[in-house]
Amino acid sequence: MKVNIIGAGLAGLSAAITLAKKGIPCNLVSLLPSERAQSVLAEGGINGALNTMGEGDTPAEHFEDTIRAGVYLADENAVRNLTEQAPEILRELRDLGVPFHLENERIIQRNFGGQKKKRTAYARSSTGKVLMTALIDETRKYEVRGLVTRYPHHELEDLLTEELSANSKSSCCGALIRDHYTEEAIVLQGPVILATGGMNGLFPGETTGTVTNSSDAAALVFSKGVRFSNLEMIQYHPTTIRIPGKRCLISEAARGEGGRLFTLRGGNPWYFMEEKYPELGNLMPRDVVSREMYFVAHDPNCCGQVWLDLRHLAGETWRKKLPDLREEVIHYLGIDPAKTPVPVEPGIHYFMGGIDVDISHRTSFRNLFAAGECCSQYHGANRLGGNSTMGAIYGGKVAAQSAAKALAECSGKISGMQAQQTVKEGKGLVPVSEEAAQQISKLLLGALGIVRTEADLEAAIGEIDRMLSGRKDRSGDCTDFRELPAAHSSNPKELRRLLLAKALLLSASCRKESRGAHYRSDYPETEDDFRTKMISYAAGAEVFAAPEQELPPG
Amino acid sequence: MMNYQFDILRREHADAEPWHQIIAFETEDANETVATALQKIGTGHSRDVAGREVAPIAWEAGCLQKKCGACAMLINGLPRLACDTFLRQLKSKKITLAPLRKFPVIRDLVTDRSVMFENLKTLEVWSETTSPVKEKDLDRAYDASRCLQCGCCLEACPNFEPGGSFFSAAGFAPQARLLTSCASSMQDNIRKLYQLHIYDGCGKALACEKVCPAGINLDRLLSRSNAVKIWHRK
Ligand SMILES: Cc1cc2nc3c(=O)[nH]c(=O)nc-3n(C[C@H](O)[C@H](O)[C@H](O)COP(=O)(O)OP(=O)(O)OC[C@H]3O[C@@H](n4cnc5c(N)ncnc54)[C@H](O)[C@@H]3O)c2cc1C
Ligand code: SF4
Ligand code: SF4
Ligand code: FES
Repeated sequence: MKVNIIGAGLAGLSAAITLAKKGIPCNLVSLLPSERAQSVLAEGGINGALNTMGEGDTPAEHFEDTIRAGVYLADENAVRNLTEQAPEILRELRDLGVPFHLENERIIQRNFGGQKKKRTAYARSSTGKVLMTALIDETRKYEVRGLVTRYPHHELEDLLTEELSANSKSSCCGALIRDHYTEEAIVLQGPVILATGGMNGLFPGETTGTVTNSSDAAALVFSKGVRFSNLEMIQYHPTTIRIPGKRCLISEAARGEGGRLFTLRGGNPWYFMEEKYPELGNLMPRDVVSREMYFVAHDPNCCGQVWLDLRHLAGETWRKKLPDLREEVIHYLGIDPAKTPVPVEPGIHYFMGGIDVDISHRTSFRNLFAAGECCSQYHGANRLGGNSTMGAIYGGKVAAQSAAKALAECSGKISGMQAQQTVKEGKGLVPVSEEAAQQISKLLLGALGIVRTEADLEAAIGEIDRMLSGRKDRSGDCTDFRELPAAHSSNPKELRRLLLAKALLLSASCRKESRGAHYRSDYPETEDDFRTKMISYAAGAEVFAAPEQELPPG
Repeated sequence: MMNYQFDILRREHADAEPWHQIIAFETEDANETVATALQKIGTGHSRDVAGREVAPIAWEAGCLQKKCGACAMLINGLPRLACDTFLRQLKSKKITLAPLRKFPVIRDLVTDRSVMFENLKTLEVWSETTSPVKEKDLDRAYDASRCLQCGCCLEACPNFEPGGSFFSAAGFAPQARLLTSCASSMQDNIRKLYQLHIYDGCGKALACEKVCPAGINLDRLLSRSNAVKIWHRK
């Protein structure tokens, strides 16, 4: 039996390499080859307190910055482990041949938002790409040795589970995957590590990530009853631009290297971040910057637009540190950021919430693990730039270690009937229709913006409920939403997506406070009572959300 | 409003006969790309010029910003990334789309590019030892790390044949990364594989570089690798 890793971005590759080094074989499943995973898009860098910049940086300070930026929601023990291991991981990556920017053969670290010291290692504006190349090459070594078996055009179609006894945890015993080339279904037995990335597909065209991360995998496991946490925590990155089909990130590195945000007030430039936050200025954590941008854009005395001013950066900085970024802005907007300020707006960039995991990256199901952006760990209510690549690589390692232990426990028996049934079906599931995707996205965007209210959230939950009930009872009296495509079909992927969407909204509604990325204008204060995970889960067609301590354990 | 006409080479499955579907496409968006156009016409709601329904068009997409190589296809006969091809930049209002020709077709515009990944295994593109990059080699290591494995170069390369022993740019770009950092104990083997799968088959006319959507300086990677090779010969 093997460990089954679903997802081949940074988290999945890191898990595969960790297992292979121990001599444990794994299957590595992904919709597209690793070269196409969202991880290749990471630009700005990866964090670890290497202390190469003579600032006396320490893992303890990395820990504090991470916890503070996450507004005390992240698990402190987990974050402590991450930040203590981070320097060693950076050294390992360098040894794998990652071309981090060096001076005098020393890794140079840059400033990134929310961090007081220079702690972010980088390779121009393509850090994710070069990290991925190194991990892909390392994985190849183990592919050739038979320790890693790739399924690189395969979709997770079902999680195979069994109830051990009425009161015990559900247990995962494998995955059913579908080959997109041949339509063949394959049953993979053994523990499963989910590394399927963020839930971009909930917001088609509105995120900075890939279309491949459809949220289908998250929706599937959610509908199976796996617990999720902090789904209301969605990171809006302050500086994005609209490009064909998506939002394009203007990396935080632009501000790390000195970029300044301004709006026009009474016709004059107003560098509002510098005025409001003298210490960190433009490099406040992302939630704060995006919120301030929202406020100034809605301020009647201002012009409604925010610009990123990079005109003063040195030629050397453009050449050595941000060449790709400059090229990108010229390419898409037709303006040279070295000469003209760039009009920017906040856009959805990262999901702090996701599959709930403990410090060992175990989920609420036995033998099921999760790592990387699909899980909720390390980032609390707001993620620091540079922490998710590190979180994905470190999380992949920890999940692999846990899965290795579970491999021995796994019964190895898949309830034969369930497996056969699904394989017989022949064709894969129909994708979520474009109309349904847009409809769900519109509801979510309306209610889960940078500023949220109970009224908006309740209205959106009502809409989702109407769509869900339209499905349950299509013979009944539901004329008023017959025209809604999402209410109309019996496509299981759409049904699951509706459940997941409802969980996001319920989580936001239940968190009656403001914390990190979650800002409620009706509850603007951070409340001690809510310094806790917001758990959500599905039972049948019902979705529940509640603060962790209000739930029975398990 | 701009009017375009897409001529898409379609095929239901690997063994099916390919056929052309002609679809009229209107857009107001000056920044429309082939990828966004495909997103709009490929969802199964449009009709072609003969009035037939356009069944969902199979093509691969990931990043939509020319960073993942998923959407490589032939656009007006040239290997390009759909997400990086603005309709306004094309000379003609008639746009042909076809799958890359050097790979087996799976469906419509999707091809099975696994031969590239297999070739990298044959080339042994990995390190057996620690291999930190030196400062002087950073630029080259960076460039060599950027290959998308999109396959555009293989389309343009006159000498590449799938299944052949010559691996072209999609092979030597990633391999060049090793030359920048690998321990000397590995260099002999790298050179041997380089000679066999790159050096002996390459005409060095650099058609690959002209089409590489990542803009990788393939000339520099090739010259450097050749230098290493030649130096070894002496
Ligand atoms: C533009 C951009 C810039 C960024 N910059 C930075 C940065 O500078 N620093 C930083 O720390 N972070 C950055 N991030 C965030 C960071 O890159 C990601 O959070 C991280 O790479 C996620 O890695 P992952 O392994 O969890 O998932 P991904 O890399 O997203 O991989 C997901 C994998 O799952 C597979 N998959 C998905 N669904 C299915 C399914 N249903 N069935 C089978 N397989 C499936 C995919 O094919 C893929 O292989 C950035 C993100 C973006 C979008
Ligand atoms: S230089 Fe010519 S022969 Fe060599 S890989 Fe490039 S296109 Fe092919
Ligand atoms: S060398 Fe360029 S064209 Fe060839 S696969 Fe790599 S990125 Fe694509
Ligand atoms: S979709 Fe990634 S390169 Fe086009």
